[in-house]
Amino acid sequence: MTQPRHTYLTKWPYPVNYSKENEVGADVLILGGGIAGCHAAINAAKRGAKVVVIDKGAVIRSGLGGAGVDHWHLACTNPCSKITPEEMVEIDTKGFNPYFTLEYGNGITCYITCKESYDTLLDVEKMGVKVRDADDEFVGAEFRDEKTKLMFAYDYKNKYIIRVSGGANIKPALYNELKRLGVKIYDRVMATSLLTEGGKQGARVVGATGINTHTGEFYVFKAKATVLSTGAPAGIWIFSTELAGATLFQEPNLTGEGTAMAWQAGAELTMLERSSSALASGGFGYPMYGTGDANNTWFACTIVDADGKEIPWVDRDGNILKTVSERYRPAPGQKLFFPYLAFAGEFRGPVLIPDLPERIMKGEFKLPLYADLPSMPEHERRAIWGLMVGNEGKTRISIYNRYSKAGFDPDKDMLQANVMPPDQYPFRTWWGAYGPRQWRSGGFAAGGGLVFDWDLKTSLEGLYVAGMTAYSGGSHATSATTGRYAGRKAAQYALKAGEPLIKRKQVEEEKARVYAPVRRKDGIGWKELRAGLCRIMQDYCGEYKSEETLKTGLRWFNSIRESEASTAYARNPHELVRSLECLTHITVGEIIMHASLARKASSSALEFNRIDYPEMDPPEWNKLVTIRLQNGDIKVGELPLNYWLLPPSAPTYEENYKKHCGL
Amino acid sequence: MENKAIMVPNPIMPGQVIFIDPELCNGCNTCVEVCRSDVLVPNPEKGKPPILMYPDECWFGGCCVGHCPVPGAIRMEHPLNQRVGWKRKKTGEYFRIGMKNPPPPNTRPPVG
Repeated sequence: MTQPRHTYLTKWPYPVNYSKENEVGADVLILGGGIAGCHAAINAAKRGAKVVVIDKGAVIRSGLGGAGVDHWHLACTNPCSKITPEEMVEIDTKGFNPYFTLEYGNGITCYITCKESYDTLLDVEKMGVKVRDADDEFVGAEFRDEKTKLMFAYDYKNKYIIRVSGGANIKPALYNELKRLGVKIYDRVMATSLLTEGGKQGARVVGATGINTHTGEFYVFKAKATVLSTGAPAGIWIFSTELAGATLFQEPNLTGEGTAMAWQAGAELTMLERSSSALASGGFGYPMYGTGDANNTWFACTIVDADGKEIPWVDRDGNILKTVSERYRPAPGQKLFFPYLAFAGEFRGPVLIPDLPERIMKGEFKLPLYADLPSMPEHERRAIWGLMVGNEGKTRISIYNRYSKAGFDPDKDMLQANVMPPDQYPFRTWWGAYGPRQWRSGGFAAGGGLVFDWDLKTSLEGLYVAGMTAYSGGSHATSATTGRYAGRKAAQYALKAGEPLIKRKQVEEEKARVYAPVRRKDGIGWKELRAGLCRIMQDYCGEYKSEETLKTGLRWFNSIRESEASTAYARNPHELVRSLECLTHITVGEIIMHASLARKASSSALEFNRIDYPEMDPPEWNKLVTIRLQNGDIKVGELPLNYWLLPPSAPTYEENYKKHCGL
Repeated sequence: MENKAIMVPNPIMPGQVIFIDPELCNGCNTCVEVCRSDVLVPNPEKGKPPILMYPDECWFGGCCVGHCPVPGAIRMEHPLNQRVGWKRKKTGEYFRIGMKNPPPPNTRPPVG
């Protein structure tokens, strides 16, 4: 028997019934009940479909957006917006990067967000979430529209991002709506595989298997249509054994099951070779939004140095901004700006002086820096500390309430920024700190996903995508709107589709696979395994890659699968789920390595460095590389960068949307 | 001081993350039900506070605290290596999360 490292000898608190099989039928099956999954469920149910949602956590609070949201992106159709969806999608798809649109996925998901983001926010408002300044707390604020009482963030001229005044409560409201509509919720069930017609790779998806994280019971879900909204794989490069959950900017349950099971089922994937060094500091960062900052949720707070000397802000063109108000306006001649640091190019918003690192090194500004909330205009101060910090994910309890209890008073106090090497300040949200260079992150605005069309349908019949699973967006509004859209489309398909037929052999094989760790008495624990798998990614698929490193990495994964991973043990359903996540981790790591091998060129846009192909973005490689499994073999393909505007799709966003949106 | 010592394994992570006041907790397990990663599990003894089972997997989402029906029965603390400080602008005094003799709490609630 393995020597336990830390042992609670108390009996497992839930009734364990390994391999007891439960069969559940649905028109639309939703895998992952986060923001995207909930909106998908609501919209499918409203169209008369019988809907089942499964979630590894508990839907009432699960998912990356489960703890809250402070700002709602691309609300271009709100009555105050100065930007149309068509203008916005042009800027987003051409303005930054040919491959993706910041947090909004690709052209399809970006345009869907532009078109429906505001309507989706109104849906949420009807469910009881506070969106506007109904209590008139911000009357007279520059960012508040007097007529609608909507409040805007970042670009106050163009008013296309809305502050959500009660966003911390959004997930319980969605949960209640699911209940009201009669959606069947299976909490604590992790999806483990997709079921396909005849058990064949590449065939119609007819459901999924799952395992209960408390009881260990097995589930067979039969469905006419399936929506994959499991988020994107996180924590593939980084794992702190002592801070497993805090290691991730993303959510600890986002371990890549969606990507891995879609791959096994034969779905076409793309851009998985993309990864980022941003937000890759693991548990060695600070609590999210919990240190003094000038960026993102803290935009555009005045920053002072250790002596109280103010650090100037500049607009896109380097002009010094004299007032706080100017920080919320585009530069002269600039149509609009995005609140991002390094990526936004000509649409870059106001920032602290870019030569701040040099000026710190020369002694002109002294560390530590402080967020000077007391000097901000009253409404801006309350909007940063109270509205944004207070509703954004994970800030209400662990930041706003905790710091307030400890006596922090934004009217009097300046929150310290964490101290970093000076060159780090211009590039990242400060609380994220910085990590070793081999640490990367995928997922949230940093990875790839499934190939899909204007129906948000994947390359497999019956399988739809929403949220981060579709091309690794990450913006709450994009997850919500693509969920809304995919729910409609999946319901539309399901209500006409034939009965799903499950191949028993496929179920039996999956059962044998998932319960193997429970049958073992000795071997490797999930933590050692996971830490080891991360090391493979760091070494062989890190900042610099080559044919040899990637192939060596694949050799390691294969060898670990045969050796250590095949001894992984589980002493309860929780450990079982963690062990299975490690097997998923191997698959996801292999997918990323295969995708990296397939792109034989470096790309700055994808933060992708091939030592053996050093030329950056050679024109012949400006394309999406796709990979999929066919009868167990890897098939590499390609798609043009704007495939969604090329045949068989129509040439404009409007036409495609009108034809497919289902409204 | 008694010359007594016990043999125990090291704590599994820095910090304890979740603190439950056994006097206030009514054992309703709401915190258990909203946690995304089973940081807390039900106590086998009904009505007793949940057991802190996997603190190392805590995401610090704070949902357990936010949904607790009894004020003060449960609280969340970041480990020491994730605590931050601040400076009072007028006086230059320096405070931090976890300090001895902290300033009085700020009772203003967040927006929403």
